[in-house]
Parts: sequence; structure tokens; C-alpha cells
Amino acid sequence: MTSITGVSSVDELPGPEGHGPLQGDRASTGQLGDRLFSGTARGASLLVIAIVTLVGVFLLSQAIPALAKNKVNFLTSSQWNVDGTPLQFGIANLLWVTVISSLIAMVVAVPLGVAVALFITQYAPRWLSRPAASLVDLLAAVPSIVYGLWGLQVMGTHMDGIQSFLVKVLGWIPLFKDAGIGAASTILTVGVVLSIMVLPIVTALSREVFAQTPTTNKEAALALGATRWEMIRTAVLPFGKPGVISASMLGLGRALGETVAVTVILSALAGSAPWSWSVFNGGETFASKIANNAAEFDSPQKAGAFMAAGLVLFGLTFLVNAVARVVIERRKAFTE
Amino acid sequence: MNIQSRRRLASVTGAALVGTLALSGCGSDNNTSATGAATSAAAKADCATGTLNGEGSSAQKNAIEQAITDYQAACAGATINYNPTGSGAGIKQFIAGQVDFAGSDSSLSTKPKAGATSIEQADADKACGSPAWNLPMVTGPIAVAYNLAGVDKLILTPAVTAKIFNGLITKWNDPAIAAINPGVKLPDQAIKVFFRSDESGTTDNFTKYLSAAGPTDWTAAPAKKWTGKGEGKEKSAGVANAVKSTPGGITYAEWSYAKDNKLGIAQIDNGSGPVELTGAAVGKAVSAAKQTGTGNDLKLKLDYATKEAGAYPILLVTYEIVCSKGKDPAKAKLLSTFLKSFAAAGMQTKLQDIGYAPLPAEIQAKVNTAIGAMS
Repeated sequence: MTSITGVSSVDELPGPEGHGPLQGDRASTGQLGDRLFSGTARGASLLVIAIVTLVGVFLLSQAIPALAKNKVNFLTSSQWNVDGTPLQFGIANLLWVTVISSLIAMVVAVPLGVAVALFITQYAPRWLSRPAASLVDLLAAVPSIVYGLWGLQVMGTHMDGIQSFLVKVLGWIPLFKDAGIGAASTILTVGVVLSIMVLPIVTALSREVFAQTPTTNKEAALALGATRWEMIRTAVLPFGKPGVISASMLGLGRALGETVAVTVILSALAGSAPWSWSVFNGGETFASKIANNAAEFDSPQKAGAFMAAGLVLFGLTFLVNAVARVVIERRKAFTE
Repeated sequence: MNIQSRRRLASVTGAALVGTLALSGCGSDNNTSATGAATSAAAKADCATGTLNGEGSSAQKNAIEQAITDYQAACAGATINYNPTGSGAGIKQFIAGQVDFAGSDSSLSTKPKAGATSIEQADADKACGSPAWNLPMVTGPIAVAYNLAGVDKLILTPAVTAKIFNGLITKWNDPAIAAINPGVKLPDQAIKVFFRSDESGTTDNFTKYLSAAGPTDWTAAPAKKWTGKGEGKEKSAGVANAVKSTPGGITYAEWSYAKDNKLGIAQIDNGSGPVELTGAAVGKAVSAAKQTGTGNDLKLKLDYATKEAGAYPILLVTYEIVCSKGKDPAKAKLLSTFLKSFAAAGMQTKLQDIGYAPLPAEIQAKVNTAIGAMS
């Protein structure tokens, strides 16, 4: 019953006999339609589970032979020699670039998305809120290759100033050290473009949850003398928190797996490049590394190495979603 | 700042312009040339009907598309599809029997690849039920392209090129560059090296050249994956665009990309004087190649370190990989007539306009003999 769009508090009231009224009591009329429906519903859910499991099994079966022959630590090495012997590949660099670019995207997109959602649901007059909402949703319909080209050729050209400012002021932090990569092609630029790409997801879902805040809660807050902002803080935001968290996690999933835009924007590094923590560095994410090399998977060993990287991305996304689930469940228990 | 941003804007619109030009080029250009070829090709080329599927190298994409357009215009009822997914993918599909021919930047390997138990050549022979042949069809020169305001002519030797691409020379006014470019005013500017981030035959052949011609300065083994320094960009279009928008940038790219983006193209001095990149200069280098296949298997071994005067040494040869005896006679007929028109002198000369170099006459004759022997 708890969905991505949050949970209405009415759902949580105990029924007269002590169990939730919306928990089905397994009553069935035994009619054909009922049985058909429950059968298809069960079939559909089993199918989804089966597909995800099979993807995992496929990745594992392809990756294990390569992993067994790997001569360096898969998780901590950043070497990538998959063509000959000895086979050496590690994902440290890929993991770092993937995570940091997605984090940058979240840092920008979540506050912005929540603010946009609050404006649309709580502040904007009716004539404005509808078109504004559709416009934000429209951002999700732009193909990622367009974001990629736009990011590289339009937005990227304006990143110079931001980069040189950050390097000058915060350059002593390893995260902001200059790495000699063109400003249009850094991890930071990718992060900002990704943030625009996940913005519609965060906004749309947050908007739905905020709109569902029970009017009674809001009126109660206002009746107690709260200003509009205080009302939002005490009634709307606590109610919408699980929804915002799940929206962020969905967005994070998108950012982690984004391929084309990252491939177009981000400068790859040569294998011999030294390790750097800087967001002004180049690099490759899991997805962009696989995309860059997919055409030349000419040996099982090489394909296996990339599959192993894909497996980590698969696991990472899985983990992110699991954490989101846990957080939402706990929040729900708390708000009850 | 203002000038810089204006230059950027110019480069962006420039890129967009090139894009539209390329697009319109695909539309109108092909049509006119197709009709021209239709009359000439129809006169001599015999036609066959049916559908043919090919897949592989993206380096020969433009060439084969031109050849297909012309052939289809001359021969009604023939459909040929080519899917430029990459050499490795093409060979894989060919061995799996999914396509009728494969395009590849390297010939079928005769040694097992890492982690594989089977040999490409043997697998392909088995899939064909007859020996699979490598037919050189298109030569693509690789340009060393740079963006340096005010420098129209730049000469590079293998040693200096290797040092630039592995990061030992970092400034344009380095004495090593100045010494081989007397009279050229080189700016005090950082060299920004761009490389292909995807695995590519272009990188493979460029590094083969560097390690053959400048072995002391380029010690890494040639590979499809870049082993030098610099920033990686996706595909030829990516590196060419990056150089175009970065003053002081340098890269290696197929000739057509360097030309389309109006980048400076370095002259290469292998030891007997600087050679400008022209179709004829490339043909000389191909003629110097040794044939390593036997009979009609025309596998070539390029001599990258060639000191022949007037030969441009950095190039890749892309092959069509075909069955010597096709399983389906109708398809075999279509394939051999198509390849014949592709290898014909008129077609090869026309390829020069889109950034390839024609096969030299003696190789062309050999290819024709091989095609004639296909059944």
C-alpha cells in the first residue's frame, strides 16, 4: 500500500476489529474474474522478480570466470588491462567517479526539486501551478543525448568561471584541486547536467506527496497561528519526507546509471593517469566505461571484466533502493 | 574573456554548421554522385538482386555507404545493409552466421584471443565451410590534427609525435618541435592531447605507427585502448570537436574528421622529408605493405616505419571479410558484384572526396582477382 507517492495517514488508522481496513482480509467471492485477476497480478509480480534475478545471474555467470583470473584486487585497484595477460582490472576509479558525480547531482537536484514542488503545490496560484508542473515534467522527456550535447557545447563553456573560482578559493581541498581537464568535461559538469536530468523525477514525486498533505493538518497549523512557511515546516514537510526520500533515491538510481550524457561530456583518462579526488578531473563511470567499449567485446575475458563492473553497478543501484525502502519504513513507523 | 567566449560561440556554431553540412552532404551529394555512377556502373558492372547484410568497422562507414548507394542506384532489386557497430562486433556476427560479410580494421586473428579457446580465422572458416578471406577495400589515413592559431604548417617526426602523445613534450614552443619547424612561430601554449576513449582501430593503428617508427620514444605495446596521456573523448567526432574548441589541442583522427572540422593537419617526416597527407602519398605507403595472407587472402602488413620518399605512413586499412565459397549462390553473386563495384577504380577515386585514400593499382588488381575467384 505504501507507494512512492507516500502514504496518507488515513490508511494507517486501525480498523474496528484491530486490523487495517485496507489490508484485504483474503475474502474472495470465488468468481472467475477474481481468480483471473489475482492470478495475473501474481504472475506479473513473479515475472518482474524473475527478470531481475536472471539479470543478476547472467552478470554473475559472465563475470565470475574473469574475476577468477583477475590478478589485482577488483574493488581497490584502478588498473584496467583486459586485453592480454596478466588480466588486471579494478573498479576503484569507476566507483569513485560514478558515486561523486551522482552525489553532486543529488546535492543540486534535491533541494531545488523540493523547492519547486513546494512552490507549485503551496505558493503558486492555480493558473500557474498546472503549466509549471507540466513544464518540469517535460524535462524528463528530453533524450539524454540532447542533455549530453547541450552540456558539452553550451553549459560546459560557462563552467570555466565557476571552476577557476572554486580552484582559487577552495583549491587547497583535494576535492577542488585543478586537474588540467577542460572545464566543459569535468565530473562537476557531468554532476550538474545529471542534476537537471533527475530534477523532474524529484519534483514530480515530491509534488504528488506534498499535494496529499491532509487539509486538516494544514488548517490546524494555520489555526494555531503559524505563518505559511511555518505551516509548511510543521505540516507539509514532515508528511512528505518519506516521499521526498524515495524520490531522491529514484533520481539517484537514474543518475548512477546514466550513460549517454556522461559518455559525451566526461573526458576519459588514460590508464596511466594518477589517482585524484578532484571533481575537476575526468574519468569514466561504470555505465560510460561499458558504453565506450561495448563495440569491441571480442574476447570472453574482456567481456567478463566489463560484466563484473556492470554487476557492481547493478548491486549499487540495488543497495540504494534497499536503503531507501528501509528509511521510508522507519519514517512511517515514526510518523504513526 | 570576451574574446574567449566569442571564440567558443563561434566554435559551437561551427560544429553545428559542420553537422548540418554533413547532413545535407548525405542527402544531396550522394544523389548526384549516385546518378553519375549509375550510368558508368551500369555499363560495366553486372548486377545481382537480393539482400545482403554486413556489419563491423565504423572507420569504413562513410566509404561503404557511398559504395552501397551507388550500387543500389545502378542495380534495382539489390538491398545492402551495413551496420557500423565496430570491428569486433562485426567479426563476432560473421562467425555466428548472422551477417554475409564483416568489415574490420584488422584481419581475422590467427592466434587465440585472451580468454578465448578458439581462433577467429578457424571459426570463420568453419562458419563459411570454406576459407574466409580478408580483402583490403578501404584505406583510411589518420591525420595528426591540431588547433593552433597562426600555424598553418607543422612538421612532426615520429619521435616528437610520440613525445607529444605520451606527455613528455607539454608546450608548443618546446625546442624539439621548434627544431624541426624552422621559421614557424610557435606559441608558448600548453599542448592538450585528446584521445579516443572508446576502443578503436584508429588508436590501434596510430599506436602501431608510433611504436614502429619511434620505438625508443613510444614503448607501450600498440592496442585499441589508448596508453598515452591526455583527455579521452568519444569517437572520432568527439576528439575532432574537442580539438576544434580547444586552442592548443592535438589529436589523431580519420582524415575526413580533420578536414570537416577545418583543423590543421601535420606533415609527417619519417626520415626522408616531410610528407603532406594526400591520397597519392597514402597510396605509396599502402604499396609498400607486405601481403601476409596466402593466395587470395589479401591480409596486409603495413610498414609504418617506411622511409620511402613521399609516402604518408599513418593509415589504417580496413578489410571486408568474406567467405570464399558462399553457402547461398544468389547471395554470393550479389556480394561479389557489390565488392567488384566497390573496388573499381572510379569508386575508389571518389572515396578520396570523403576522406579516404584509393587503393593503389596493384592491390586493386589483386582484390579484383580474389573477388573473381569467389563463388
